[in-house]
Order: sequence, then structure tokens, then C-alpha cells
Amino acid sequence: MRKNTLVRLLSVFIFAVSFSATAAAIKDEGDSPKDTKAEIKEYIAHHLQDSHDFNITASTDEETGKIHHYGFPLPVILVDDGIQVFMSSKFHHGETVAESNGNYYKLYHSKIYKTDAAGTLNYDPEHPEHPTNVRPLDLSITKSVVMMLVTGLLLIWLFRSLAKSYGKNGSIPKGIGRFFEPIVLYIRDDIAKANIGEQKYRRYMPFLLTVFFFIWFLNMFGLTPLGVNVTGNIAVTAGLAIIVFLLTNFTGTKDYWKHIFDPLGDGMPWFGKAIIYIILIPIEILGLFIKPFALMIRLYANMTAGHVVLMSLIGLIFIFKSWVGGPLSFGLSFAISLIELFVALLQAYIFTMLAALYFGFASETHDHAEEHDGEVAHL
Amino acid sequence: MDKLINDFSFGLFIWQIILFLLLLFLLRKFAWRPILKAVEDRETGIKDALDAAEKAKLEMANLQADNEKLLQEARAEREVMLKEAREMKAKMIADAKEEAQAEANKTIANAQTAIEGEKKAAIAELKETVANLSVEIAEKVVKSELSSKEKQLELVDSMLKDANLN
Repeated sequence: MRKNTLVRLLSVFIFAVSFSATAAAIKDEGDSPKDTKAEIKEYIAHHLQDSHDFNITASTDEETGKIHHYGFPLPVILVDDGIQVFMSSKFHHGETVAESNGNYYKLYHSKIYKTDAAGTLNYDPEHPEHPTNVRPLDLSITKSVVMMLVTGLLLIWLFRSLAKSYGKNGSIPKGIGRFFEPIVLYIRDDIAKANIGEQKYRRYMPFLLTVFFFIWFLNMFGLTPLGVNVTGNIAVTAGLAIIVFLLTNFTGTKDYWKHIFDPLGDGMPWFGKAIIYIILIPIEILGLFIKPFALMIRLYANMTAGHVVLMSLIGLIFIFKSWVGGPLSFGLSFAISLIELFVALLQAYIFTMLAALYFGFASETHDHAEEHDGEVAHL
Repeated sequence: MDKLINDFSFGLFIWQIILFLLLLFLLRKFAWRPILKAVEDRETGIKDALDAAEKAKLEMANLQADNEKLLQEARAEREVMLKEAREMKAKMIADAKEEAQAEANKTIANAQTAIEGEKKAAIAELKETVANLSVEIAEKVVKSELSSKEKQLELVDSMLKDANLN
């Protein structure tokens, strides 16, 4: 009983610290609520983006008005006039122009632009937010890349130790493996076997397990005070979706392609099929791309929405600035945090589940003739 | 949408794909394969053990049935043996009785024959003895009766008389 209470208190404390850490970063400088709102909006937008520094928090000096950032810089790698490598501390959080081998770069809204020595940014009159300066290919080790590396190492360490504990302990997992083994088994039995089938599920297992834990862990990291938003970044979800797309189509069987280009089979004479196929085949081909596209957008949108809602609720504290608003906002964001904890798992599950489903389509070999006869009859 | 495309970080995309594929490769080699293999081995082990247990149970049941059958047979055999023994006993007693009876009858018959013989012999001997005695007595009587002349004459007379009378 005492232990349970302790755990509860600890989790509340962690949440509180997480909020205060995030909250501390939102400094209200202007006195009018409009400024605060705009600032919170900007802060949220900034948070959702990748960052070239690993910032944990920032504070403003009351007297000088100078902003102190707490965190550490990360290496910037630019493919421009060869490869330019320097630490992101050169940007001073976008305040100064960074020089590397005679090239000048400026960090503006988390994006690096090539500028002159003075750091002049030319703005498009129609889109005042987007400078027209050249953007070199940015292969920097950003905050998201660091978090992916950390997650990768964590996963390798965790599951390597689980794999080793089998040998040492007579096929029984030990420690944290006891928690993860049922999840691995769940993915195998209820996701892979259920959607792909007993014969072919094995080849997809490494991908499904990796993608599940990768997304889940990154989602969970997104809820920590580190303030990362990796799975809420469309570049990351696009990468995952493309891998799913390639895996699906490169492992596709003859039946899979037949299903796309000749879904009716022998169920109908050729002249009948020709009329239907003019519409059906483009839809099927479109479906090939829509499936991974939906995967990409679903994960991105869910995680981004979660972060926006959570941060907006925290931001309410600074808009209300009263004894009522604070606790109310805290309570709401606490509740949303709990939901987000669930969503973190749910989205990982959905991504894995749907990927398995698509792999299942790709690897099916059973005879479709009867099924389609039925379909034609229904038509 | 415009913002989405503008914010798309190609560098992050490349890093993500590289890191993910690397992670996939490493985890597959060092984690997923050993884990799945260990789990599968364990599952087949459990399944085999359960099968073996089921088989042992079946064998046990068979054995028990066999035992039961054997016991039944033994009981039946005992029953038969007892019955046979009882019959044999009865038969033996009956035989013995019969034999005894026959023996007894024979003995009695022998005894009777012997007695009859003895009796005949005894009667014959008695007859002989009585005859001898009678002869002796007659001799003696005759001797004493006919010791004098007168008496001899008298006897002749009486005998003659008798003969006359006849």
C-alpha cells in the first residue's frame, strides 16, 4: 500500500516538474494578454518543430532582458560548397550569423538559410514568414535525430538484455524483460499472425517489433520534459511510411499484384472487365499510395494534436494568471497527459497493426477465385 | 499544407531512414531473432511437455485398465479354481465313501463267508465229537450192560421181543 502511494506521488511530481519546466520556458514579457497569446502560439509552433539545439528550458534575465538557454548545442552538418560541419552554438539561438569556411548561415524559425556576412534575409512579399534565401541541404544532428539515436540505443540495450536473459535463465525472462515479453508476444500472436498468417509472418516480425517499440518509445519521450516531438514530425512519419510502402510492394506476391490489376479474375468476361477496370485499376493503384500516406498523416496528426492541446492547456496558466485558472489548467492538462500516455501506445499499436494488415495483403497466396465469384454475384 | 511542405525537413527524413534501418538491422540480429527463437523453443518445449504428460496419462490409464483386467482375470481364475477344488473335494469324498462302502461290504461278505465256514466246520466237528462221544458212551453202556451173561441174554430177549412186535 505505502509503495503504491509513493509511486502515485512520484508520478504526480514528475508531471508537475514536466509542466513547470515547459511553463518556465514560456516567459510572459508583455503585459497585455494578446502578447502572451501570440507568444504561446509561437512557442507551441517552435516546440512542434525540430531544433538544432538540445534546449531543455530558457529563462529571461529580469534586469537585462537577455534570454538564457539551458541545454547543449548539437552538430550542424550542411551539404553546401562541400560539407560544412560546426556546432549549433555558433548560431546563438538564431541571434547571430554562423560562419563556416567563408559561408554564412542564419538560423531562422528552426531552418538554416544561407546569407551574406551581415545575415540579411530577403522576404517574399507574399509570404512574409518565408525568406527567399537559399536553404542548403541540412543533415544536422538535430534534437530529433539525437532522440532517435537515444531511443535506438535504449531499444538495443533493452532487448539485447532480454534476449540474453533467456540463455542465462532457462528460457524465462528476467527483470524488465518480464514486462516487454508479453508485448513482443502480443505483436507476434495478435498482430503478425492474425493479419499475415502463420506461414509468412516470420519475415515481417523484425520490422513490426522495431516499428512498434520505436514509435511507442518516441511517443513516450514526447511526453517527458525533454520537449521533443519526433513522431509528431512529418519527416519521421514519412520515413516510416515509405519503409512500409517499400516492404509491402517488394514482398508482394503474384496474387497481390493480380488483386490490383485483375481483381475480378475469371469471374467476368473480358469485355465486362474492361469497362469496370477503367475505374477499378486506377483506384487500386491509388490505394497503394493512400495506405502508407494515411499511416504517415495519422501518426503525425495525432502526436502533433496531442502536443498542441497539452501545451495550449499549459499556456492557459499564463493567460488566466489567476488562482482559478492555474489549478483548472493544471487539472485539465493532467487529464490530457493521461490520455496522451494512452494515445502514445495506441498510435504505436495502430501503426504496427495497419502495417501488418498491408503486409498481410501483400503476402496472401490463397486462391481468390471463389471469393470473387461471390463478389461478382453481389454486384 | 503549404506550411507542412515548407517545414518538411529533408535532412531529418534521411537521418530517420538511415537510423531506422540501422536499428532494424541491429535489433533483428541481436534481439528479435534470439528472443523469438527462445520464445518459440520455450513454447515447443511446453507443448512437448504437455503432450508427454498427456501421453503418460493415457499410458497410465491403459496400465490401470490392464491391471484391472488382470485382476479380473485372476479373480475369475481363482473362482474357477475354487469351484474345481470344491467339486474335486466332493467327488473325492463321494469316491472315498463309495470305496469304503464297497470295502466294508466286501469285508462283511468275507466275514460272513468265514463265519459260515467256521460254523459248518464247528457243526461238523460237534457232530463228530457227539458221534464219538455217543459211540464211547454206547460202548461203555454196552460194556456195562453186557458184562454178565444173563444180561446179554435178556437183551437178546428184549430185542427179539421188539422184533416180534414189529
